[in-house]
Amino acid sequence: MANDILVYCEQNQGAFRKAGVEALHKASEVAPMYRGGRAIAVLIGSGVSALAPKTGEYGAAKAVVIENDALKNFSISAYSQAFAAVARKIQPAAIFLPATTQGKDLGGALSALLETGIAADCTAIRLDGGKLFVTKPIYSGKVYATVQFNSSPAIVSLRPNVFPAGNPDTGKTAEVEKMDVPVTPRESVKEVVPTGGGKKELTEADIIVSGGRGMKGPENYAILEKLAALLSAAVGASRSAVDAGWRPHSDQVGQTGKTVSPKLYVACGISGAIQHLAGMRTSKCIVAINKDKEAPIFQIADYGIVGDLFEVVPVLTEELKKVL
Amino acid sequence: MKIVVCMKRVPDTEAKIRIDASGKAIETTGFEFVPNPYDEYAVEEAVKLKEKIAGSEIVVLTIGPKDSATQMRKLLSMGADRGVLLLADTANLDSWSTARLLADALNTIEHNVIFMGKLATDTYDFSIGAQLGQMLGLPVVTQIVKFTENGGKVICEREVEGAKEVVEVSLPAIFTAEKGLNEPRYPKLPDIMKAKKKPIEERAVTLPPSKITFVKMDYPPSRPPGKIVGTGVEAVPALINLLKNEAKII
Repeated sequence: MANDILVYCEQNQGAFRKAGVEALHKASEVAPMYRGGRAIAVLIGSGVSALAPKTGEYGAAKAVVIENDALKNFSISAYSQAFAAVARKIQPAAIFLPATTQGKDLGGALSALLETGIAADCTAIRLDGGKLFVTKPIYSGKVYATVQFNSSPAIVSLRPNVFPAGNPDTGKTAEVEKMDVPVTPRESVKEVVPTGGGKKELTEADIIVSGGRGMKGPENYAILEKLAALLSAAVGASRSAVDAGWRPHSDQVGQTGKTVSPKLYVACGISGAIQHLAGMRTSKCIVAINKDKEAPIFQIADYGIVGDLFEVVPVLTEELKKVL
Repeated sequence: MKIVVCMKRVPDTEAKIRIDASGKAIETTGFEFVPNPYDEYAVEEAVKLKEKIAGSEIVVLTIGPKDSATQMRKLLSMGADRGVLLLADTANLDSWSTARLLADALNTIEHNVIFMGKLATDTYDFSIGAQLGQMLGLPVVTQIVKFTENGGKVICEREVEGAKEVVEVSLPAIFTAEKGLNEPRYPKLPDIMKAKKKPIEERAVTLPPSKITFVKMDYPPSRPPGKIVGTGVEAVPALINLLKNEAKII
């Protein structure tokens, strides 16, 4: 009672989303030290039970599965009703969710249904004197706030790609409990249209190659795409490139776009406006390629090349081919 | 159509943010407050809907100190009709309490459609729309990029990881705006003058106890000083060497 951590294990087409696995792994580390509890995976949907035992590989002691036809597609109302039913039964100490679209929707809804506080898009979680503290970048990452909870359960969504997913322990399986929860969806998903032709999701990519105003036009992104393909990277863009109509908004990194934390972020022809830095400053390694040696991006970059990206990037791609 | 737009004021993007002496909050002077950028997409969609359906009214709802009226007037100049300002010191307001206060106010303001930004660029919470929906028992669609109303139903589109979702809801309902939904208009001088005369009703509210507390604020850990590897294509081998042997990424 009141010592376990519930984790939303988001899945997509029969596989776990990486960010959900990261949340589960973190919960499995925190739970025993927090209140001596366990990490319990929550799977919601239709046809998701096959995945449930596998949550044990990532640290879940148990998996609760809620399946019915009304949960085939994600809707805020139905999924939060289902999850809230699990929370009311198990009375967890905390709820961890990936800060994905679903996780953010669900976190807010659960905060209302369970009348408890939420800290969204966190980048660190620690225990001090038996209390849970989380770090949350605010004001476009200009300040990191430490959040304490005054209510229970504590709801935390974890920024994708920040917390390690750990290595799966393939010997372990989680005990599975099925729960039957009637739900009444208020939103009706008519269609889910895959976009991007299976290209890498920015927030989940280990490497991102990003282009800004210096790309000069949409046709020139081909040189970034070549480099990205070689590195299995996603291609991002700055706000000015998106506002110019060169790239779709879904590719935008920054304050009014996506927040990303890849292992490697290669900024090409990006000056490094504060609103762009807000979206990528938690990247582990930043490479900047820019003609202007005064560009602010060089202040945040680990490695910089002052030069014309149209010359540097193709050579970088060719040279990398030799070593990869 | 009765339309409500929930607004939050936030520091201007370029604002220099300084942590105050308590170490738990920021200094609120030395920069301009502006309406949250995503709220401008929300009000633009509201105005488009009002232009489509005769007799519609747009109310802007916000929580904040008295001078939040300044940011509210910006949305009024874009075409909203009146404002309701819930007077409160919002320094320690968490998202649950914000949603609670908004929900209570919305119970007294007629609404068919509620628009707001998908998140506020100060606290990055993404939560208010989803919270309000459950508090009021209304449908919620977040981060929409397309909105089409037809006879009390709305079809909208939103972008999620690797897919576009088409979602239908019956009104009343809540929608949170993503960039790309529309192109917010620039108010003209006559609109700005007119907005000065539009009514803003102030209401005193009592803050519920916050569900979370900011116990400390810090500046982000500084990144180790970077290095310029070199100039032009000659620097490429050195960069690859560093990525391989120092950063150990490739």
